Amino acid sequence: MKDIKVLGPGCPKCKTMYNNVLQAMQQTGIEATVQKIEDIEVMMQYNVLTTPVLMVDGVAKIKGRVADVNEIKQLLTT
Amino acid sequence: MFNWLQSFADWLIYSVFGIAAHSKLGDALNFFVYDTIKIFILLMAVTFLMGIINSYFPIDKVRYFLTKRKWYGLDYFVASFFGTITPFCSCSSVPLFIGFVKGGIPLGVTLAFLISSPLVDAVTVAIFFGMFGFKTTIIYVVSGIVLSMIAGYILGKMKLESLLTDWVKQLLKNKPVNDDLPDGTSLKFVQRVPAIIKEALGIVKGVSLYILAGIAIGGLMHGFIPTGFFEAYISKSNPFAVPVAVIIGVPMYSNTAGILPIMQVLVEKGIPLGTVIAFSMAVVGLSIPEGLLLKKVMTTKMLLIFFAVVALCIVISGYLFNLIF
Repeated sequence: MKDIKVLGPGCPKCKTMYNNVLQAMQQTGIEATVQKIEDIEVMMQYNVLTTPVLMVDGVAKIKGRVADVNEIKQLLTT
Repeated sequence: MFNWLQSFADWLIYSVFGIAAHSKLGDALNFFVYDTIKIFILLMAVTFLMGIINSYFPIDKVRYFLTKRKWYGLDYFVASFFGTITPFCSCSSVPLFIGFVKGGIPLGVTLAFLISSPLVDAVTVAIFFGMFGFKTTIIYVVSGIVLSMIAGYILGKMKLESLLTDWVKQLLKNKPVNDDLPDGTSLKFVQRVPAIIKEALGIVKGVSLYILAGIAIGGLMHGFIPTGFFEAYISKSNPFAVPVAVIIGVPMYSNTAGILPIMQVLVEKGIPLGTVIAFSMAVVGLSIPEGLLLKKVMTTKMLLIFFAVVALCIVISGYLFNLIF
């Protein structure tokens, strides 16, 4: 079971990223816990500079840009 | 450089569509076709070029360099310069701010980065180049960077650290974050290209609607408003024009993509360039939404000081532009 976090204070880009993650999970059938972290104070514990950030199992895989569904699928399956 | 494009626009509008040259509709359409194509070509080129630099100097690396070396004031320049290259969503400004300050970068340098980032970016440079030409673009970019440096320097000298919000001060008390040089920096150029192109396309796609709307409105104004129309109201000799333009511009928010095509027409119809630039800088550089975001890290007093200093610098550069042109 993977642990996915999407970090972003709620701008359109962050929402797109979150939805893409949900879609990627649906399409691959991977089981994971998904958390959307919008509180900046919590976010800062992860040492991010630009949002949105996609974290998989505690590692920041994508920083400061939106990844499309296919890219996230690749990240989740490898 | 774009003569072929003008010929194409002429041919398309006057010959293919059969709309009479020098008619109002013909002028407006011609302007729309020519500007749209030109700006999108420039936009791709500039976002790609900036993407290359950004790929080699991502934000983490910029922060790493700014913290790991003594800069003797040059850090204001480095921060302002990389602010122009780093594309970031306005909602990143708070994480960036904290990440920079927490990493030990002086407050003034951090603010210089935050000011220059929206003021000068790939999209702005491309549109500016398309609308006002090479020389004006260079002057705009240089003045944007200098303005950020000066505003950052002034704010840094004011020792505003005590005006940060409490939770930020608490954060800063803890030991600095363990900041290692990010990996993934050893890729060859060819390996980077696909990601750079993808990123550039993403940026262009993101602003294309605004640009089309801006050019459409610009095109209409171009065709229908008589040249010199605004001169009656706003002239170079009116000393209040620049500050008034800035005060109107600050609360407004738009990205440069939408506003610059309209700016060009305003200039063409008689408003001085400096006044127009000061207005657009105020619109993109400062805004109420940005203020609300920064409220998370700054007390109201600090926020007001920040806005006042930046606005003042914009007014001054507006006057300078009017003097130069």
